[in-house]
This record gives sequence, C-alpha cells and structure tokens, in this order.
Amino acid sequence: MIEITPLFPLSARGKGMFTLGRQEILTLNQEVRSKKSQIVVKNEKKNREFGIRTFLIACAFVSVLTTVGIVMVLLFETISFFKEVSLFSFLTDTKWTPLFIPQHFGILPLLSGSLLITLGACLVALPFGLMTAIYLSEYAHEKVRRTIKPILEVLAGVPTIVYGYFALTFVTPLIRSIFPDTGVFNALSASIVVGIMILPMVASLSEDAMVAVPRSLRDAAYALGATKLEVATKVVVPAGLSGIISSFVLACSRAIGETMIVTIAAGATPKLTLNPLESIQTMTSFIVQVSGGDIEHGSIEYSTIFAVGMTLFLLTLGINIIAQWITRRYKEEY
Amino acid sequence: MSIIEVRDLNLYYGQHQALHNINMEIEANSITAFIGPSGCGKSTFLRTLNRMNDMIQGVRIDGSVKVVGEDIYESRVDVEILRKNIGMVFQQPNPFPKSIYENITFGPRLHGITDRNKLDEIVESSLKAAALWGEVKDVLKKPAYGLSGGQQQRLCIARALAVNPQILLMDEPTSALDPISTAKIEELLDELKTTYTIVIVTHNMQQAARISDKTAFFLNGELVEFDSTPVIFQNPCDKRTEDYITGRFG
Amino acid sequence: MSAGNLTRRKIYDRASRVVFLLATLLGVAALGILLYRILSDGLGWLDWQFISSFASRFPEKAGILSALFGSLWIIGITAPVAFILGIGTALYLEEYAKKGWFTNLIQVNINNLAGVPSIVFGILGLGLFVEGFLFGRTILSGALTMALLVLPIIVVASQEAIRSVPQHLRNASYALGASKWQTIRGVVIPAAFPSILTGFILALSRAIGETAPLIVVGAVTFIAFVPSSPLDQFTVLPIQIYSWTSKPQDEFRAIAAAGIIVLLIVLFTLNATAVYLRNKYQKRY
Repeated sequence: MIEITPLFPLSARGKGMFTLGRQEILTLNQEVRSKKSQIVVKNEKKNREFGIRTFLIACAFVSVLTTVGIVMVLLFETISFFKEVSLFSFLTDTKWTPLFIPQHFGILPLLSGSLLITLGACLVALPFGLMTAIYLSEYAHEKVRRTIKPILEVLAGVPTIVYGYFALTFVTPLIRSIFPDTGVFNALSASIVVGIMILPMVASLSEDAMVAVPRSLRDAAYALGATKLEVATKVVVPAGLSGIISSFVLACSRAIGETMIVTIAAGATPKLTLNPLESIQTMTSFIVQVSGGDIEHGSIEYSTIFAVGMTLFLLTLGINIIAQWITRRYKEEY
Repeated sequence: MSIIEVRDLNLYYGQHQALHNINMEIEANSITAFIGPSGCGKSTFLRTLNRMNDMIQGVRIDGSVKVVGEDIYESRVDVEILRKNIGMVFQQPNPFPKSIYENITFGPRLHGITDRNKLDEIVESSLKAAALWGEVKDVLKKPAYGLSGGQQQRLCIARALAVNPQILLMDEPTSALDPISTAKIEELLDELKTTYTIVIVTHNMQQAARISDKTAFFLNGELVEFDSTPVIFQNPCDKRTEDYITGRFG
Repeated sequence: MSAGNLTRRKIYDRASRVVFLLATLLGVAALGILLYRILSDGLGWLDWQFISSFASRFPEKAGILSALFGSLWIIGITAPVAFILGIGTALYLEEYAKKGWFTNLIQVNINNLAGVPSIVFGILGLGLFVEGFLFGRTILSGALTMALLVLPIIVVASQEAIRSVPQHLRNASYALGASKWQTIRGVVIPAAFPSILTGFILALSRAIGETAPLIVVGAVTFIAFVPSSPLDQFTVLPIQIYSWTSKPQDEFRAIAAAGIIVLLIVLFTLNATAVYLRNKYQKRY
C-alpha cells in the first residue's frame, strides 16, 4: 500500500490553499526533500504486478497448449493406427469398412464424401452469399440493411443440430418429391443445408470487404456514367476481392468441418461417388458414428477416429492458412 | 530554488535522436512555458519529466533528470509514486467514462484512501482548486462526459490535483478549447502557481507570454534559449528565437 | 455509344436489383421456413410435463429435464473457465505483450484455433480430459472441452474491445500514478466491459448449441437423473435433440422439435441480452 504523503494537510487545502505564503510553500517543499525515500521502489507492489503478469502469460499460454494438445493427441493414436495400416493403403484404398470384416482403411470414400458436401454447400453459399453482400453493401437502404443484417446474424447463430433436423424433416422430403428414387439419407439435402448454414458467413465477411472500399472509387465510376450494377461488379467486387475470396475459403473450411447436419441427413455409407442423391459418409460423421458406439478403447477401430481426425485437422488447417495468406498477400491498400 | 534539474539529457526513438543535450533548471512555484514549432521535442521533453515516455517502445534516455534532488531515472525509483507527485494534464480533455466524483477519487483510491469523508473532502477541495466546484457540486454523480470541453479539462486538472502533486505538467491543455474556456484555465493557472510548480507546453506564443514566468524555446530537439519570459519575448539572445517569436517561421 | 446499348445496360441494372434482392431474401426465407416448421412440429408437445420429465422410451412420457440440467452444468463450468482464460489472454496480448515471435505465435495460434472444426476439439477432449487426465466421460471433461472450443472467440472479441479503449484514458491513469494493473483494472476493463460481455455471451450461446464435440467426449443420450456433481455422466439439450431426431418414429421427431424450441428460446434470450448490452453501452468516448 502506498501512502499519500500529506504535503499540504487536507484540512488546510480545503479552507484556503491559495492563501499559503511563499515561505510556507518553500518549507513544505523542504519537507519533500527530506522525504526522498518516498519515490523508492516498494517490493510488495512490484511483486503483485509481476504475479499478475505471470498469470496473464499463463492464460495466453493455454491457447498454445491447446494446439499442442490437439496435435499430440491426434499424433499419438494416429501413429498406433499406422502401425497396423500402411499409409499407402490409407491414401489409395477405395473402401472404408473399419467396423466390419473384411476391414478396409481407405480414406478416399470419406474424403470424397466431405468434398461432395463442401462442393454442394459452396454452390449454394458462394453465389447467394456474394449477391447478398452486394445487395446489402451497394443497393440496400440503411433501413433495409439494419433489418436484414440481424436476421442473417440469427441465421448464423442457429445451432447445427437444428439445421440437421431441418434437413431431415423438410429438405429431404422436398427432394424426394422431386426425385422419388432418392434415399432418406442423401448428400444433396445435407449439402444444401450446410450451404444455408455458411451463407451468413460468406455474406457478412464479403460485405465487410466491400464496405471497406472507399467511396471515392465508386464516385469515380459513377462520374464516368456507370450504372449501379457496373459499379458493383466492375469496381467494388474487384477492389474487395481478397476479402471476398478469403471469406469463400473460410466458408469451405467450415463446410468440411461441419458435423451434425451431415451426420443426421447424409447417412453413414462411406462411398466413392459423385451422385448427390446417394447416401454417403463424411470424415466428421464417421467420427461421430464411432465415438457414439461401443468401440473398445485401444482397438484399431478406435484409433481410426484419430487418423480421420488428423486428416480433417490437416485439411482445415491448410485451408485456413491459405485464407490468411490470401488476406495478407492481396491486402488492399486504399 | 530549482525543483527540477535536467543535465545533459538525450532521448532516442530507436535510431532517431529526438532530444539533444538538454540542460534546464525549473524553479518551484513558477510557471515555465515550452514553446517551439510542431515536432521540436517540447512535448517529448515534458514527458521525460514524469517518465511517461517509458510506455513507448524503443525509447532510450541518457543524462539525468532530478526532481527534488532525486534522479528519477534511477532503477530504485518507483514510477507510480513519482507520477503521483508530478501531475499531468493532456492536450485532449480525457476524463474517464465514469462520474465526476469517480474521476476525482480515482487517483486517491489508487493510493489507498478509502475513507468516504476524506474522499468527499478531496473532491471538494480539488474541484474548488480547479475552479469547477460551483458548476458541478450538484451533479457529482453524473457522467463526466456530460460536461463541456472546457469543464472537462478543468475536471482533468482537478483530477490531477486530487493526488496532491507538487508539480503539474500540462501538454497544450487549452489547444482543444474555445477562447472563453482557455481564459478560465489561464486564470486558474495563475492561482495554482502559488501552490504548485507548473510546466506548460503551448503552441500559442501569446499564451506563453501572458502566463509564464520563464520560457524555453525548442527547435529540432534542442533547447535553443531559456530565460525569463519578458527577455525571450522582448530581447532574445538567439537569432532563431527572434525569428520564431516574430513569426518568420513555424 | 448507341442508344440500344444504353437501354440494355439500364435493363441489366434494374434486373440486377431484383436478382440481388431475391438472393438476399433466400437467407431470410430459409430462417422463416425453418422457424415455422419447428414451431408447427413441436409446439403441440411443449408443455410442463415435457420440461419436467426425464428421457423415456415412450414419446408421450419423454422430457428434457436431465438435458436441461446437463446444459446448465456444462455452461456453469465452461463460462468461468473460458471467461478468465479468454480475458487473461486478451489482456496479455493487448496490454503486456511486446512485439516479437512469442506474441506472434500466440496470435497466429489463436486465429488458427478459431478455424479448427469443433469435432476436433471433441477428439482433444477425449484424448486429454477423458483418458489423459482420467476425468472420464463426465460433465467436467465436456465443460473443459467446451471452454477450449469457445476460447478463441472470447479472446478475439475481448482483444477488439480492449483495443478500442483510447490510449489517452490509459495515459490519464498512468499520470495519476496508477500502476499497469491498476490502470487495467480501473480504466481499461470497465471501458471495454460491455463489448467483452457481448462477445462472451455470443461465445456461450455457441457452447450451448454445440453437439458434435460432446458426443465425442462421451455425453450419453439416455439419462434418468439430474447430475449432482461435475464428475457425473451427463447429456445436453442438443444431444437429446439429436437422439430423438435420429429415431425413425414421427412422434420422436416431434419431441425433437419441441426440444429445439426450448434450445432456441434459451439462445434467443442470450442473444437478445447481448444485443441489449451492445445498444445500451454504445461507445461513449
């Protein structure tokens, strides 16, 4: 605790501090001189500051440990997985049947399942998300904007389990009424709904990129007689392109990692197919399937979770790094 | 007697030297004004006096700054207690987003005063000292942002006085204010100097001439001339000071 | 430039407005249909019996009591852990860290963690808390996993909030002789708190809605008791909903919808609080 040294006694201050004569002040300053030691370090306080600093560093370190933990946990079991299965057959075998005999451990069917879902989701989310962003940033009145943006925020906040329910009970029957041969579980329904789920993300990140384009660029184009559409597509979108593309890439990464929608609506049949009307399985839904079941810990079936998790982790990490690279590399300077 | 003694002070921002070999003695219970064109180092120098430059990364200092006989750059010096004894008022009024009362008591509470009556007493005496008491005594619990710019700046002065400093550093305290508020603050400074030592950076030469006892003229990080205010403004020794005073540059 | 060309450009321009508006309305329509479907499916099943009963094999007797308490338990542990770690990290990065490789590492790491799929956090929880620390398939394991999952969101939101506190307020505090921590506690945190709180609430609503990581960590779907300690087994709302959705009978789908309504009410309440706080404490400096 630091004491306030009563240089000018408080009672004296309150009454008439401006009536102190010069001599008195000099005396008071003399008093300060005799208290040189008052500006010398107090250990107790330094210790407290140090303690707090250490605690905060420790907090920050938790996030690093989290990454280390993810890598270690994945690596540990993945290594034991690859003791039994060769990397070559993991990457080239076209069948994934770890849960029944004959066992096959080819990641390709799961990978193709994930990519099929992602592709479908992007076909929905990228065009519609971009058009939404253009509309909000270039066309919409402030009032409309202020109504629609919160709605999109709500859409982004809906839990994926709810989307899964929606896919299974609404979108799938709709698809089946158009294509009667479609199974109850199919990739199309899941990918459309994953697309709806990531749409707000594309829209809001792209809109941020477009709003950041300075007014003067737009004015220059309008002054040349450009229409709103031309300004939007030929000036604003190109100027905000790095932000828009990185929003696309991030959305893809979200789609690959999406779990509940595909678990509920896309089925559990690992299949190397491009037909969206068939039932498939993604990496994420496989992990859910295995960890929800009664698989014995330490078995080869159990370690598949980690091998698949590792693949998923590396894939999304790679994509996220690409997104960050795009943002940095093509950062617009206005 | 001099309360601040600066000897051979050099200050560097990384490679760039911002202050060159400054020597100065500042007397107690006086107003000292620093003038000079923008970027001449007057604010930087002011901030060396309460070690506010410590917060900027890459700042290096040599030479000595003694306040009441103690070298403030020695490692055993407690920066916080130093700053409690040397108050500072900034260019932009910067009250905390709290009530008027909490703004004043922020400092005393930091330094361990919790007694309600004592705090009330400090609030009253500080606001009186800053000539603001009459205007705010009924709205002490209201947010400080409700005050006008000039009132906010006087609140900041009161806030600085509340921790009972001996020296008050002011970094262009009136540059963001209208002429009437400026006049009020100048009047206030004249009263305050009976109790405090005031060092003020100003971009306004008339202000320096009106209120200060001594004036220092800075140029390109050097202290060109330091003398009593009448001498600086009427009979400067240095050609550069004369050029600046007469408006030939800056 | 021919008149025909100009006409065509104008037609495109008019058409584009309509097309873009329709694209925008797709998202709005999706939300509308989704909410309508869920309300019409589930509202009939939503009553006090549903709230106050445990899970059951019979749809008319099934309820969400254990899931509701499970979610409360998870949030009750996740919230303080994630709050302290998140604000601590943000304060370190914004107020203490000097530029350098270590700071850079932490920052890049947080940005990357924000992009890691939630199910991978589930695997982390399984490997680290369930098996590594031997916490088992318990509330504690689930809550700690959730805390790590939402940590990056809280850190990023808090960093932005802290960064928006103007430097001159810190200077004022330092000039009064405040130490670094006194300045942070007395000035920085109070000024940044509304925004920090908004980000924190949004992160919590993410944690309440997450399903996948808790399935991996080992939440169970059928629990007929209210958990009484962090080392109990548990289920949560989204997992209960999942288990009902994956049952083939229509009645179970309907109670899944009723469960979703409860979940959405909780989330909308939280989000509304966040929006309210944001509007009430708009920036004042």
